[in-house]
Amino acid sequence: MDLLQQYGPALLRGFGFTVLCWALGTIFGMGLGLLIALLRHYGPRWLCWILQVYIEVIRGTPFLVQLFVLYYGGPLIGLRLDALPAGLLGLTIYGSPYFAEIFRAGFRAVPLGQLEAARAIGMTEASIVRRILLPLSMVSALPALINFSIILTKETVILSIITVPELMYQVSRMSAETFRYVEANLVLALFFWGLVETISRLGRRFEARVTKHLIERT
Amino acid sequence: MQASAVEIQKVNKYYGPFHALKDVDLSVPAGKVTCLIGPSGSGKSTLLRCMNFLEEYDSGEIRIDGRLIGYDAPGRKMGGRALREMRRSIGMVFQQFNLWPHMSARENVAEGLLRVRGLPKAEASARAADALAKVGLADKMDNHPSRLSGGQQQRVAIARAIAMEPRLMLFDEPTSALDPELVGEVLTVMKTLASEGMTMVVVTHEMGFAAHVADRVAFMERGELVAADTPDRILHQPQDPRIQSFLRTYHERNSF
Repeated sequence: MDLLQQYGPALLRGFGFTVLCWALGTIFGMGLGLLIALLRHYGPRWLCWILQVYIEVIRGTPFLVQLFVLYYGGPLIGLRLDALPAGLLGLTIYGSPYFAEIFRAGFRAVPLGQLEAARAIGMTEASIVRRILLPLSMVSALPALINFSIILTKETVILSIITVPELMYQVSRMSAETFRYVEANLVLALFFWGLVETISRLGRRFEARVTKHLIERT
Repeated sequence: MQASAVEIQKVNKYYGPFHALKDVDLSVPAGKVTCLIGPSGSGKSTLLRCMNFLEEYDSGEIRIDGRLIGYDAPGRKMGGRALREMRRSIGMVFQQFNLWPHMSARENVAEGLLRVRGLPKAEASARAADALAKVGLADKMDNHPSRLSGGQQQRVAIARAIAMEPRLMLFDEPTSALDPELVGEVLTVMKTLASEGMTMVVVTHEMGFAAHVADRVAFMERGELVAADTPDRILHQPQDPRIQSFLRTYHERNSF
């Protein structure tokens, strides 16, 4: 109990950072992923090829390595970032190819005829993306988007290594100072479980709303 | 001389090595109904889809009200804006309806009025309601496509096209995906449209519709336009053996 009193505020603050990093990393990563998917869908061939290489490289390397390269290698090319912005940028980059692939799969699942119907009445491609392609791609993409967002919650612990003061960082400090490894990590597990449970509940509710008329329910 | 709404000259289309349209000539008179018939794979849907450039033709000319569609000059493709401009006045109805499932019937019809014609929301919605009333669906306006029968969905699709006030309507086998008992309601709407003087090009397997409603019937086979004439001369006194054999098969299949 003393422990909680002593470390409680730090753990809560850490959890706050964890949620912040997760939320912003997910939003930016999803945004970048969507941009990549759209550029691959509409862009010229050479651009598709470059983006393909980007996807392969990021997917093919561990997040930890990417983060090290960004945080410790960045200054070599003049990219000097504090821990938090570096962590957010890292999460964004790490998540983007997965999100891009989820969006690509979603686009492919939209029946061509529904896009043709929009072209036939003279809608611009921008309107078609916003009004037809994106909403319809959510039928197949949304569960995967939520799923990957959940995976990302747990990637945030790696940010502790570049000293972002998130939950894992605080838990490590607590266990190093008190040698109470089991308790400290139990707290960590409980926080994460709560976070993931909340996200997946919200996700299910959101999914039901978005796909209301799109999936036949019998 | 009668004005042509669509003038097609020497149109060719290839899918790789496959020659899908071979020097097709056809003129579609304004205010009339032209039916395209022929065996499946004969190129009639491809030809129809070339008329609003959903399908790109490789050579020849297709003129809509005198204006070349898809190209600024032979070999030079038209810009997106000019093509969209032309498509606004060409309505299209698809075999699979292609309604947007996340929108109600009314929203489906209003979408083009909002995004393409730029009408204010209230007006777009009111016009959508009018168009839906015209196809007999005033009471189904707020239903989503999943809550409509095939025939009703196709009527919504027709309403979506006519709400844009097109000068030309293209129908790509509009009743082929429907259960037999639902075909009638769609054909009735199309007949009404025809009687109001809409220029229509209809790819169809409904020989009855072609015989009774069409002013001209064009027969296609293997990418060639074999003949285009009055329904009577194509359907009742065909000269070309290919048409005779097609109609024989059709009658055999539909007799019992």
